[in-house]
Amino acid sequence: MYEWMVTARNYEERLQEEYLEGKQPAFDISAGPIPGELHLAAGQEAAAAGVCAHLRDADTVTAPHRPHHVAIAKGVDLKRMTAEIFGRQTGLSKGKGGHMHLFDPDVNFACSGIIAEGCPPAVGAALAAKKRGEDSVAVAYLGEGAISQGGFLESLNLASVHDLPVVFVIEDNDWAISMPKDRVTDVENGAQRAGGFDLPGRRVDQDDAVAVYEAADEAVGRARDGNGPTLLEVQVHRRMGHFMGDAQGYRPDTDEEQAKQRDSITRMETTLESAGIDESTIEELRDRSHDRVEEAIEWAKDQPEPEPDEAYEDVFADPPAGWTPAPESTTAEQTGGDD
Amino acid sequence: MAETESEGATDSELTMSRAMVDAIATELRENDDVFVMGEDVADYGGIFDSTEGLLEEFGREKIMDVPISETGFIGAAVGAAQAGMRPIAELMFADFFGVGMDQIYNQMAKNTYMSGAAVNVPMVLMTAVGGTYNDAAQHSQTLYGTFAHLPGMKVVVPSTAADAKGLMHTAIRDDDPVVYMFHKRLMGIGWMPAPEGPKTPVPEDDYTIEFGEADRKREGEDVTVVTLGLHVHRALEAADELAGESDLEVIDLRTLVPLDTEAVLESVRKTGRLVVVDEDYHSFGVSGEIVARATEGALDDLSAVRRVTMPDAPIPYARPLEQEVNPGTEDIVKAVRDIHD
Ligand SMILES: Cc1ncc(C[n+]2csc(CCOP(=O)(O)OP(=O)(O)O)c2C)c(N)n1
Repeated sequence: MYEWMVTARNYEERLQEEYLEGKQPAFDISAGPIPGELHLAAGQEAAAAGVCAHLRDADTVTAPHRPHHVAIAKGVDLKRMTAEIFGRQTGLSKGKGGHMHLFDPDVNFACSGIIAEGCPPAVGAALAAKKRGEDSVAVAYLGEGAISQGGFLESLNLASVHDLPVVFVIEDNDWAISMPKDRVTDVENGAQRAGGFDLPGRRVDQDDAVAVYEAADEAVGRARDGNGPTLLEVQVHRRMGHFMGDAQGYRPDTDEEQAKQRDSITRMETTLESAGIDESTIEELRDRSHDRVEEAIEWAKDQPEPEPDEAYEDVFADPPAGWTPAPESTTAEQTGGDD
Repeated sequence: MAETESEGATDSELTMSRAMVDAIATELRENDDVFVMGEDVADYGGIFDSTEGLLEEFGREKIMDVPISETGFIGAAVGAAQAGMRPIAELMFADFFGVGMDQIYNQMAKNTYMSGAAVNVPMVLMTAVGGTYNDAAQHSQTLYGTFAHLPGMKVVVPSTAADAKGLMHTAIRDDDPVVYMFHKRLMGIGWMPAPEGPKTPVPEDDYTIEFGEADRKREGEDVTVVTLGLHVHRALEAADELAGESDLEVIDLRTLVPLDTEAVLESVRKTGRLVVVDEDYHSFGVSGEIVARATEGALDDLSAVRRVTMPDAPIPYARPLEQEVNPGTEDIVKAVRDIHD
């Protein structure tokens, strides 16, 4: 778990560096090697590691717009994921998806940038598993800002009514862009949503990967044993802005400071040390993750960009005969009359 | 059809977002029934600065942050409007319309009709559209056509600060639901540089621009370019590039519902050639509609028609791919050359 967490943190620190290249001094979102939005998950690693430690490749995970830490813990191909974020041809989605839309069918991982809309497909994956008599489970990640969304609430209900093997994981980082939690919900925590659907709701109050691991053991076990869904909520911390370039004018400095102090990675290190793991072993894990990250980034940057024409491919798995998306196809649209 | 030259040149220059906010603030001051609701509209001032600074003056009762729940809050705006208020609801990106679409097209758009006008829905649904910054298929769509296709809503697409202000005043005062679609690239936000054009002088006093009046942003003899939003500025760039070779007339539609068909016909009767430029998808949308109206109304005068549009593919992330599909100035130049050698 620790190695995933450190890898995720290193990875995002490196992405941040790459992202800012060409965007300074004046921040221009479309400049530099990584354009578009970039949502980093520094401070949320425990929620990814603690749950995904119970998952196999055959289990499905759907992630929201802040996906890297979960992707790493689920075993998504790091090189191809990086190539995707750099918009390269050999990226997971051939450069079509980008950082909010990572798809790796080898480990059953998918993302959506639309809030809470990863929940229904996770229910669908669980439904498929149940229908086929397989013991795989599905996990849907969402933020605490997403718990008001219909897609989430309908998914809780559907999963509960059909006893489907799903675990919903709320990553509570206290903020939904500029909206603090108390402007999102009047209940104390998101896990309480479970009560209305007659399924267990459980909250882990600290971003302690071991505590998450234990709570997830029960939730994933329940799903795998055919006993239905669980809603699990984990307190995490958003160490940075909502997206890169967010000046966070709405956020008290003290809150950001606090988020940085409650570092799940430091906490995990303390846990490891008190369990008798010596520093050199931790050091070794850290070095290994550094190397892995560096290798992925170097590899990705060496990859070719897609050819412009590739934009027209992959709209359908089975393109209808004669169908073409390119406007060139209609240039024969001459009308009558003489020039 | 209106002409741009009439705008007072002595008025101070504003970004498009500033001009929109100006209009909203004036309406808030003058009418107690006006209020704003949306995600991150209060402290953040709108992700694209569409409500920047309003919280300070009007407070949280008027500038309401709401939970991420588009069905809930857009529907609540419909209900409040039916109760006689004048809400302005912001859907952060037009791409998210799917989450609240029933409230938009079955309630907001149709309640006036289905009630036999027993009720009406005087609200504004404000939303950001457009790409060109590599945010991929769920955050870059323009979707003019989708909204204009559904009867019952007026659809507004400003391209300059002066238009944005006048159209916003009209939208808030209108007794029907108005979808106000602004292009992110035109707003003048720090992190997304705008082209030269959208920042214009804006009269200080409030004024309205009537819906259904296209604006001739450039007068020309050879080819009519009909467009809207960001692509007005691309078309003007293309006109400069083609100067001496082809004299372009650039028509900015400004509103899609109602559509100023007469302005299009008048222009194509003169030039005989039509290029429609639209950042929305190619098929079943605005470009097809304009071509259809031009051919229905001026078939004999037309010698050639071209469309420069987004292909029927989801918008890709990687830069070479997005550049390929997003209609650029060069694509407009090429289309014009194609029909005017
Ligand atoms: C349906 C929909 N509405 C709004 C947005 C814009 N949006 C993106 S992230 C976000 C905040 C999400 O907050 P939360 O769920 O707490 O996740 P966090 O960003 O804190 O990880 C919003 C409003 C969106 N992507 N989709």
